Amino acid sequence: MSDSTIVVDNITKTFGGVVANKDVSLEVKKGGITGLIGPNGSGKTTLFNSIVGYHPIDSGTIRFDGQEIQTYRVQQIARLGLLRTFQQTRIYGKMNCVENMLISIPHRKTGFWDMFASRDKETLERADRLLEFVGLYEKRWLRAGDLSFGQQKLLEFAMALMNEPTVLMLDEPTAGINPTLINGLIDRLKRANEEFGITLFVIEHNMRVIMNLADHIYCLAHGQMLAEGPPEDIQNDQRVVDAYLGAH
Amino acid sequence: MNLHFAKIALYAGILLLGIILPIIFPAYMGQMTLLWLMVIFALTWDILGGQMGYNSLGNIFFFGAGMYVTAMVQIGMYYDLAEYTSPAGGGIYEFTFTQYFTGMGVGFLAAAIISVLFAIVLGRLVFGLRGPYFAIGTLAIATVVGELVSTWELVGGGGGISLPNYPGEPAGSRALFYSMMFILAIVTFLFLKWLYSSRFGLAINAIRDDEEKAEGMGIHTLRYKTVAWSVSAFFLGIAGAIFGNYNNFIEPLEVAFPTTTFGIFMVLMVLLGGKGTLWGPVIGAVLFHIIKEITWTYLLGWQWIALGVLIVITVVYFQQGIMGWLMDKKPHWFGIRVEGDKQRLSDMVAGEAK
Repeated sequence: MSDSTIVVDNITKTFGGVVANKDVSLEVKKGGITGLIGPNGSGKTTLFNSIVGYHPIDSGTIRFDGQEIQTYRVQQIARLGLLRTFQQTRIYGKMNCVENMLISIPHRKTGFWDMFASRDKETLERADRLLEFVGLYEKRWLRAGDLSFGQQKLLEFAMALMNEPTVLMLDEPTAGINPTLINGLIDRLKRANEEFGITLFVIEHNMRVIMNLADHIYCLAHGQMLAEGPPEDIQNDQRVVDAYLGAH
Repeated sequence: MNLHFAKIALYAGILLLGIILPIIFPAYMGQMTLLWLMVIFALTWDILGGQMGYNSLGNIFFFGAGMYVTAMVQIGMYYDLAEYTSPAGGGIYEFTFTQYFTGMGVGFLAAAIISVLFAIVLGRLVFGLRGPYFAIGTLAIATVVGELVSTWELVGGGGGISLPNYPGEPAGSRALFYSMMFILAIVTFLFLKWLYSSRFGLAINAIRDDEEKAEGMGIHTLRYKTVAWSVSAFFLGIAGAIFGNYNNFIEPLEVAFPTTTFGIFMVLMVLLGGKGTLWGPVIGAVLFHIIKEITWTYLLGWQWIALGVLIVITVVYFQQGIMGWLMDKKPHWFGIRVEGDKQRLSDMVAGEAK
């Protein structure tokens, strides 16, 4: 098998008459940080949704670690270790941060009777460490719904790490976060990649962020793959510049 | 320390009241049987309606199912059911002490098991529905089953069935069913207290807050939802079996599947007491039962209007309920922390439920 973990091969997804993704192919390298950019409405989130099984695709195949997953449902894919975060941050609003963390444990190994498990020391310790890691330790007894938007993003990130995924797909992790927090977040994303060995696949609008973060970037425009390559090449690619400025 | 003592005192007080009150006021034993039934209704409704965010209007179905299953077993074990329920029958059917209690034991067990099976099968059908669609879908189940049973001749149709008579003094039967209902309410409460303190509580809360997120995180949502409904069905099935015997007569629309009375009361009691909490349903049930009995006694003729006013006030102005309101005003009473502290999670005692 290749060193790619997600292999998307020629997928097409239409909503009625709208072609959201047309013959899109890409590969996410194991252990790396892959970026996905493109103007608004270019089909990035649709592609994410297709990969994690949120909706059926019209044609093409999606492989995760060699296994075809395009017919799997959301939960099955999540339990394989392929996890995504949402553009509109989603946390469990009425539960406090600790409870949010405790229920985000990996469910791939859980059997029927694990539903009734009581809290164990190891899980609590991991929740502790990860809340510290994202800088929410002081706030951990607050109801998640009472956190600021940026803090909710951090919590969602911590919950994703709690799940021990092998690949984490992040949909605009820095949207709506203030510039100082963004630096901290980039740093944490890199550390998650290096220290925990989690492959990252990131949608991002902030060019400074994605150029700093990713080692390989794909650019979508009008539902089609426009360009791919290392950040420097993408930055200087005239087609990408045009697409963002609206010439495409 | 102090709080711990208060808790023990509270439990002991309830236990004593439940035992002493009916001995001092035997005339109120029937009322108190109903009170514990209301507590069971509220507690079991809150599993889905409060903790999991699925407003079921059809939970009463399991109550009726348990009632009919036990009736069929208790009679069918010793007599021909069709003959027994036949309107032209009129034979004399007696049950000995042993027959009566053996039938009841087997009947209650069957009521519980079959109610759970119904929950598993029906769950597959209705858990695809969300929000108001789920409420209407479950209401439809209870209503349709009530109507279907009305036309089912084997179980007496709309004419109902008389259950086996208690082989002894009527006072003994009252005490027996009171004790059963009381014990069932306590067991239900303790079981849910444990259940909510386990991972199960967190998972169904997560489903309540954002089911799509829960799916995205790989939680076995259908499994949790099915088990939650099964737990409801289990206790409601047994409660129905006890109530059928207590009432000594069952029929489909008013006793077994009363969607417009018991079916609505369970929702109202939970809203009144505070949904999604352990004590809310208990408080709501007790308060509701007292209000209901007072209006039925002193405002006869206006009781439904009084009840309607109560529903409107609760739903429109007081959705968080008594417990929700208290948690808002006095968070420290419930150990809800607002400020950060340094204590490590792993050093804390595990599994304290609110």
